Amino acid sequence: MVKDGFHQGGAGIRMNIHEYQGKKLFREAGVAVLDGTHCTTVEQALEAYDALGTKVVAVKSQIHAGGRGKGNLYCPNSGDLIMEGGVKIAFSRKEVETYADNILGHILVTKQTGKEGKMVRNLYVESGCDIAHEYYLAMLVDREEKSVLIMASTEGGMDIEEVAEHNPDAIHKVWIDPNAGLLPFQTRNLGASLGLTGSSLKSFAKMMPKLYNVFMKNDCAMVEINPLVKTSGDEMVALDAKVGFDSNAEFRHNSSWDEMRDMSEEEETEIRASEAGLSYVKLDGNIGCLVNGAGLAMATMDVIKLYGGEPANFLDVGGGANEEQVTTAFSIILEDPNVKGILVNIFGGIMRCDIIARGVIAAVENLGLEVPLVVRLAGTNVEEGKEILAQSTLNIHPADDLANGAQRIVELIGGGN
Amino acid sequence: MSVWIKEDAKVIVQGITGRQGQFHSMKMAEYGTDIVGGCTPGKGGQMVDLGVREVPVWDSVEEAVNETDADATIVYVPPPFAAGAIMEAAEAFDRIKGEGIIVCITEGIPTLDMVKAVAYVSDRPGVRLIGPNCPGIITPGETGGAKLGIMPGHIHAKGRIGIVSKSGTLTYEAVAQTMSIGEGQSTCIGIGGDPVNGTGFIDCLAAFESDPQTEAIVMIGEIGGSAEEEAAAWAKENVTKPIVGFVAGATAPPGKRMGHAGAIISGGKGTAAEKFAAFEAAGIHVARDPSVIGSVLKVALEKAGLL
Repeated sequence: MVKDGFHQGGAGIRMNIHEYQGKKLFREAGVAVLDGTHCTTVEQALEAYDALGTKVVAVKSQIHAGGRGKGNLYCPNSGDLIMEGGVKIAFSRKEVETYADNILGHILVTKQTGKEGKMVRNLYVESGCDIAHEYYLAMLVDREEKSVLIMASTEGGMDIEEVAEHNPDAIHKVWIDPNAGLLPFQTRNLGASLGLTGSSLKSFAKMMPKLYNVFMKNDCAMVEINPLVKTSGDEMVALDAKVGFDSNAEFRHNSSWDEMRDMSEEEETEIRASEAGLSYVKLDGNIGCLVNGAGLAMATMDVIKLYGGEPANFLDVGGGANEEQVTTAFSIILEDPNVKGILVNIFGGIMRCDIIARGVIAAVENLGLEVPLVVRLAGTNVEEGKEILAQSTLNIHPADDLANGAQRIVELIGGGN
Repeated sequence: MSVWIKEDAKVIVQGITGRQGQFHSMKMAEYGTDIVGGCTPGKGGQMVDLGVREVPVWDSVEEAVNETDADATIVYVPPPFAAGAIMEAAEAFDRIKGEGIIVCITEGIPTLDMVKAVAYVSDRPGVRLIGPNCPGIITPGETGGAKLGIMPGHIHAKGRIGIVSKSGTLTYEAVAQTMSIGEGQSTCIGIGGDPVNGTGFIDCLAAFESDPQTEAIVMIGEIGGSAEEEAAAWAKENVTKPIVGFVAGATAPPGKRMGHAGAIISGGKGTAAEKFAAFEAAGIHVARDPSVIGSVLKVALEKAGLL
């Protein structure tokens, strides 16, 4: 069975970096990569071409999503197709200029970006390479085996999920005992299973411990190299570098991660929510949700859908939210113009229902709420909480349980979408 | 009987002098948990006031276990030091008693720290880790009981339903649902929503199956990973008691982390639909809405001749 965690890398929370940044980490650790330069303008791309001194170069869009080579570039204003392919091989200075111009400042849409795509602000110009064979290689945390997993396949350049589906035997896996680390026999066996022999196997055996060090030292959630190539000189070279960090480990890497973080690649609202101690994910529906606890927040979305509505967001205010956080939560929900109604669902544990009730009233008064609001409270101090809501003159609809709350809000906004 | 934690279990608290640690220690003691002391490196010799009593603080878990013969420890240590605290407790329990329960509440522990800590605990077979990033474990008693965690104690009552869940507040919802049909709980276990944790669903199902007090089980899963599918397949072969199952995240979009580090559909895997299907295939009574867990449980109990 193919287990969880290809593109998201098993270990949930991720801070992603660009290919050029990943390759810098590789280079510093001694993992072979080609010469290349990070550019943000066409002029820089041309200078990079001149400096590299190879006739053939790759001009690569830098965004935090895969499938760049098969993606298309569009004009952000007109929406016109500018160029097919976000990774181009240029055979002349003129071509570098054309490709760089077509990429920078345009929207790249790939299989992984969604139809809205991503604005390309960064470019990587890399020297060309003589490829004998392409492989796939990834390291991630396998949640079932509770250890670091290395996956490799001879079908490089391919989407690993497709390989997993059509030819699972082509994927070779090695699990690493955290007490022993990556052992030489594991590397040798993995290399041999990829059909490497002689100097390419030696090159692979030299590279793997260095790559494992990159993973461990940087608290990676995932490292994916697709493709890893064998050159005509029998050397193993990382032609791609997709690296994501485990954000839980941020406290150990503050300065270096801050430097690499590209805020323009992240959702602005989600960053603001997380700064306020909230966990928010925007969805496509029209019923805003405000819930305490991640599991209950998901369940609340599910029940809204079950009664014919569509959730506009996931929002977990956490275990100890105060009045200010509740107000921030409401304002974030209301920024979404699609929101036609809000369902608050709180099961008070440490968090007391009376405090939440006061927070809800304060938020509604501060923000001048115009859409219907259903509030379901349960748990600690629920009677006081309900009493506070009942005494308010605001238009707040109480609900006894989750199903009842979901039905009410769906009715109040006039049915589903 | 109950699972892993008896009503009168002796408990120490790691990080008892911290703000969270002290607050929750008071709540646990108030519920009736036998808190016998705590541990904070560098603060040994102090006393901590838990309202109902004062308890001593030791510098190390080894001293604390030696002095108190504690059965369990609960970890409220901040993320950078939490994995170290787990390993310290595992070593102390293993050396001194050959067994012990470690409950880790801390959220936000680096995944690679947990990979190391889980391997360390597995090398000490008598020691069990519950969590991290979980509400803890509670065994309600006739009066009081043992609450090792941050759950609201007052919503529970002693009974015959075992509850296991990846989630916090959703577990409280499940508890309330059992109460709504007049059923109490044997033990409720929050296993946590992190990708790498200690005790899993199968461990809990096995323990509930062999616990005479437990007569039916409620299992609450979440999107992400394949623990629910594996547990369902295992239950089909090994569990005779009725199980009611719910999975949160049917409406979660792929590739987006839903609050918990582990709650993410990746590469098209770990969806709620797959998990519900696995439950049904294993003969688990499925609740599609947490508000019907109570009524589904009632039907399950009736079918099993337990009502």
